[in-house]
Amino acid sequence: MTANVTLQKITKTFADFTALNEVSLDIEAGEFIVLLGPSGCGKSTLLSIIGGFLAPTSGKVLIGGEDMSSVPPSIRPTTTMFQDYALFPHMTLRDNVSFGLRMRKMGRAERGKKADEFLDMVGLKASASRKPHELSGGQRQRVALVRALAVNPDLLLLDEPLGALDMKLRRQMQDELKTIQREIGTTFIHVTHDQEEAMAIADRIVVMNDGVIEGCGKPADIYMYPQSIFTAGFMGEVNFIPGKIVAEQDKRFQVETVFGPMHLSLNSFTAGTPNVGDETTLCIRPEQLRPISDNTERVTLCRAQVVDGAFVGTHFRCHLKPENAPELMLIAHMPQSTQLKAGGTIDVLVNPADIIALPSKALGS
Amino acid sequence: MRNPLSALFSWGYFVAIYSFIFLPIAVLVLFSFQDGRLPIPPFNGVTFKWYAEVFADSRLMSALGNSLTVAALSSVIACVLGFCAAYGLARYRLPGTAFQRILLTAPMTVSYLIIALGLLVVFNWTGIRLSLWTVGIGHVVINLPLCFAIIYASMGDHQKNIERAARDLGANSFQVMVLITAPMLMPSILAAFFLSVTFSWDEFIISFLLSRFDVTLPVEIWSLLRSGLNPKTNAIGSLVFLISIVSLIVLELFIFRGRGKYDG
Repeated sequence: MTANVTLQKITKTFADFTALNEVSLDIEAGEFIVLLGPSGCGKSTLLSIIGGFLAPTSGKVLIGGEDMSSVPPSIRPTTTMFQDYALFPHMTLRDNVSFGLRMRKMGRAERGKKADEFLDMVGLKASASRKPHELSGGQRQRVALVRALAVNPDLLLLDEPLGALDMKLRRQMQDELKTIQREIGTTFIHVTHDQEEAMAIADRIVVMNDGVIEGCGKPADIYMYPQSIFTAGFMGEVNFIPGKIVAEQDKRFQVETVFGPMHLSLNSFTAGTPNVGDETTLCIRPEQLRPISDNTERVTLCRAQVVDGAFVGTHFRCHLKPENAPELMLIAHMPQSTQLKAGGTIDVLVNPADIIALPSKALGS
Repeated sequence: MRNPLSALFSWGYFVAIYSFIFLPIAVLVLFSFQDGRLPIPPFNGVTFKWYAEVFADSRLMSALGNSLTVAALSSVIACVLGFCAAYGLARYRLPGTAFQRILLTAPMTVSYLIIALGLLVVFNWTGIRLSLWTVGIGHVVINLPLCFAIIYASMGDHQKNIERAARDLGANSFQVMVLITAPMLMPSILAAFFLSVTFSWDEFIISFLLSRFDVTLPVEIWSLLRSGLNPKTNAIGSLVFLISIVSLIVLELFIFRGRGKYDG
């Protein structure tokens, strides 16, 4: 089963600390949502509120259109997959997976059969009579997943479930989660602080910081068209260049920067139409900086000295010191074929259409 | 590099300390087989007649049965109460948690004699007649703090998340406690139970002061001793020791060794 979820102005305060500040969000049935943010941003608190383990100070959670305010976790159509698995140590895998069905008064034989089917889904049918302590981390993870899915919830909440796994296993589990989610169509809300994980699995990413939603959208949109400086910085490496809007003509804006004037279209201003005279911050992803012009749309940003360069497989990750603004160290991902020499100078090019310009005041927060 | 002298010394120390602890018991057990009237040297030879006499003594046998019943029942009650108290204090916000914890463990510091006298006064005052039940109540009083402390110490935050998962899957509070928490804590609950059984099993003062016609084994042994030393008392003493040892081995094999299995 599956259901849509609506969060209405959820606020949660602990003593004098505001963990969540009027968070509103609409989630469609069958969506894979990732709540992304640094620790302490309120994402886990929000998940606990959706699951019913915490009551919001104000605001409402609606699941399938129904107000959940007075519904305890045991009756909510939600289940949770916990970070530390939280498997029942004294029960076999079969009993673990069928526990929710047992609570729903399903007979022993029937729920055992159902549990075996779910264990089969994650390749653990042969271990059904084992206890959790006999399993590896990845296997426990899978048991925790199917245990939560066995009761056929409308909504599955995943609280940093892959945090304890090594990199390779994490990638593998991400693929499995995504595949299983597509297969069963249940709405998933997944909490993580790893932006690569978020981009790998999410239909939609919700970036959170300091108890508010900073940005929300498809992985590609939120990476390429961030609407806040926090989102731009949290989604990956980015160069911030301060500037000031000095003129506007036919919806094209002239921005004065240390590298000289840049002409940007309205598309660059993802946070809304700016006014002439506003301070702005240009955001350029390292991979958008290029050494040579292979495309007429690119313009020279600056001439810079190569400080260092590391080959990381898909690209050279290098630090550049612009000649006319040495204090503004740039990070660039140069193509594999680039000839780079530390100490040498190159002309750095950028396509103005790739530049995002955001209001400056939030910089540094 | 070990100096032979220091090796000799440490072996000597090893032998001395265990002789000090176990020699009296060894002597007790040895003279329970004494073929003679007095359990004192010289050792005349081996006989099982004192054991036969013990098993033929209906008073001793009923006292042994009483002891086992009181130990088992009072330990079950102490464990259930101790578990409930620990669960409540560990999982819910209660007024004065620290104070309640102290209140629950405080009887451990009071001498059994004082507890027995206090209970005696209360029973007299309320008109409750002395019996094996009153002895059992006394044993619950002394074992509850122990059970509470052992079980409370084993309740951690790790189990909290597991309990949360059970609730999330549809279990109510009672189901969580019975199906999840208690089985998870079974090693420490059993440890508390067996320790409580051994304490109740050889407790004398409370049993002596709070019993009347039916008595427990230590009280019966005491009345035997009043008529002088006799290899029969050695035999019953050896049996008591055997039962304690067996429960200790059970505790070690099935509980302490199984610990740590659920971690990680």
